[in-house]
Amino acid sequence: MTETVRVRGLTKAFGSRRVLDGLDLTIRRGEFVALLGRSGSGKSTLLRVLAGLDRDISGAAGVTGRVSMAFQQPRLLPWRPVWRNITLGLDTADPRGTALRALTEVRLSDKADVWPRTLSGGEAQRVSLARALVREPDLLLLDEPFGSLDALTRLAMHRLVVQLWERYRPATLLVTHDVDEALALADRVLVLEGGRIAAEHLPAAHGQAELRARVLSDLGVGETESIHEGA
Amino acid sequence: MGVPVTSSPPDVLVPAADGERTRARPTDRKPPRGARRAAYWISPIALLTIWQLLSGTGAVSSQKLPPLNVIWRAGVEVARNGQLGDGLAVSLRRMLIGFVVGAAVAAVLGVAAGLLRWGDVVVDPLLQMVRNVPLFGLIPLFILWFGIGELPKEVLIALAAALPIYVNVHAGIREADPLLVEATTVLGYGRWQRLRHVVLPSAVPLTLVGVRLGVASAWLSLVVAEQINADSGIGFMINNARDFLRTDIVFVGLLLYAFVGLAMDTVVRLIERRLLRWRAS
Repeated sequence: MTETVRVRGLTKAFGSRRVLDGLDLTIRRGEFVALLGRSGSGKSTLLRVLAGLDRDISGAAGVTGRVSMAFQQPRLLPWRPVWRNITLGLDTADPRGTALRALTEVRLSDKADVWPRTLSGGEAQRVSLARALVREPDLLLLDEPFGSLDALTRLAMHRLVVQLWERYRPATLLVTHDVDEALALADRVLVLEGGRIAAEHLPAAHGQAELRARVLSDLGVGETESIHEGA
Repeated sequence: MGVPVTSSPPDVLVPAADGERTRARPTDRKPPRGARRAAYWISPIALLTIWQLLSGTGAVSSQKLPPLNVIWRAGVEVARNGQLGDGLAVSLRRMLIGFVVGAAVAAVLGVAAGLLRWGDVVVDPLLQMVRNVPLFGLIPLFILWFGIGELPKEVLIALAAALPIYVNVHAGIREADPLLVEATTVLGYGRWQRLRHVVLPSAVPLTLVGVRLGVASAWLSLVVAEQINADSGIGFMINNARDFLRTDIVFVGLLLYAFVGLAMDTVVRLIERRLLRWRAS
C-alpha cells in the first residue's frame, strides 16, 4: 500500500451549496502536497474531512494510518506547560523525555516548562508543529500554519518543516494561500476550484518563474501578477 | 465575565500644559506606593478616634457604643471563658458542612448541565427557579421541615453556596473553546482526556468566581440563620449578649464575623492565584 490518502468522488454540501463536488485526490506515502485555492474554495473543508472531523459526506475519503494536524492558530492548551501540550493524548512511557526530544527538534528545549501564553507567535507555532510530529503521523495536515507569522519567521518555519519532513517522511498536505510557499515546499501543487482539483503542477519539472505564472493564472490572478513579475 | 475582578486604577486623561490631552502614566503624580497605602488608613483611624472620644467622654452612652478599650476587654473575657472559641468552632463547622455539601452538589449539577443536553434540560430550569426564590424567605419552611437544630442552618448555607457555584460552573463549561476541542480530537485525545485537559480547565476561572461568591453568600446565610434560632455559635453569643445588654460582646461577635469572612475570601483568592498562574504573563 503506497497510497496514504485516497479520495474518490468526495462531495460535501452545506445546504444546497456544494463546497466539494466529486473531488478525487491521491497522496502517496511520504509525498509533500500543497493545496492552493481561493477563499471559500473548500480547502479547509477537505482538510476537516481528512482529519475525520467531518463525516457527513458522500463519496469515499480513505486515509491509511495515523493523522495529525497543525492549525493556523497554534491551539495550545494555555493551562498546561509547553511540554505537556506536546505529549498529552499520546500513549508513551516517558512523556517528558519524548516532549524534550520533540522540543529540541524545533529548537525550543529551553521552553519546556513555560506557559504557552508566554511564547511568541513563531514559538507557539513551532510547539504546535512538534506536537503534530511527535505523534509520528502517516498523514500530516497543515492548515495555513504560517499564515499569521511575519515574513522572516515564516521563512525559518519553511526550512524547519522541510527538515522535519525529510526526517519523518509523513505524507503531508499543506493548505496555503501563498503560491511561493507552495512552490518552495511541495513536490506537487494542486489548485482547488469548483469543488474539485482543477490543476496540478510539479515544481521540480519547470522553472520557478514560469510555474509561478501558471499557478497564479489557475487561481485567476495571472495577468496582473505576471506584469509585476516582468517589471 | 470570565475575568475575575481586579482593582487596577484606570489610566487617567489629564490636560497637558499646551492644552493637548495626554495620557498620564500611573506613576506620574501619585506618591510612592507605601505612602499611598498608608493614606488608606487615615479615614478608618479617624473614625475609630472619634468613636473613642464620643463614648470615652460619655457624650454617647457606652451602653449603645462602648469605648474601644471596653470592647477589647470584652473580647479578652469571652476568649478566656471559652465562649469565643466554642462559638467560633460551632459556626465554622456549620459553614464547612454547608459549604462543602452545597459546593459539591453544585459542581456535579453544573458539570452535568454544562456537558449533557439532557442534564441541561432537566437541571437548569429547576435551578433557575430556585435561584429566583428569596433565600431567606425559605427559613420558616426549613424550620417546619428540619426543626430548629443544625440541619436547617446547614441546608440554608448549602443552598446559598450552591446557587452561585452552579451558575458559574455551568457557564464555565460552556466557555470551552470549540477550536481547542477540535484540535485535541484530531490529535487523538480520548473523550476522558478532552474532558480532563480541555473542558474542565476551561471552566476553572468562572468556577473560582462562583466559589468566591458562594463563600460570601454562605457566610451571610450563616449570620442570618444564627440570628433566628441558635443555642450555640457566634450568633448565639451575640444574642445572649443582647439579652444581658452586653453591647461590647455584640461588637466582639460582629468583628469576629467580619474577620472570618475576610479570611475566607483571602484563602479563595490565594487558591485562585495559584490555579490561574498560567494566565499571568
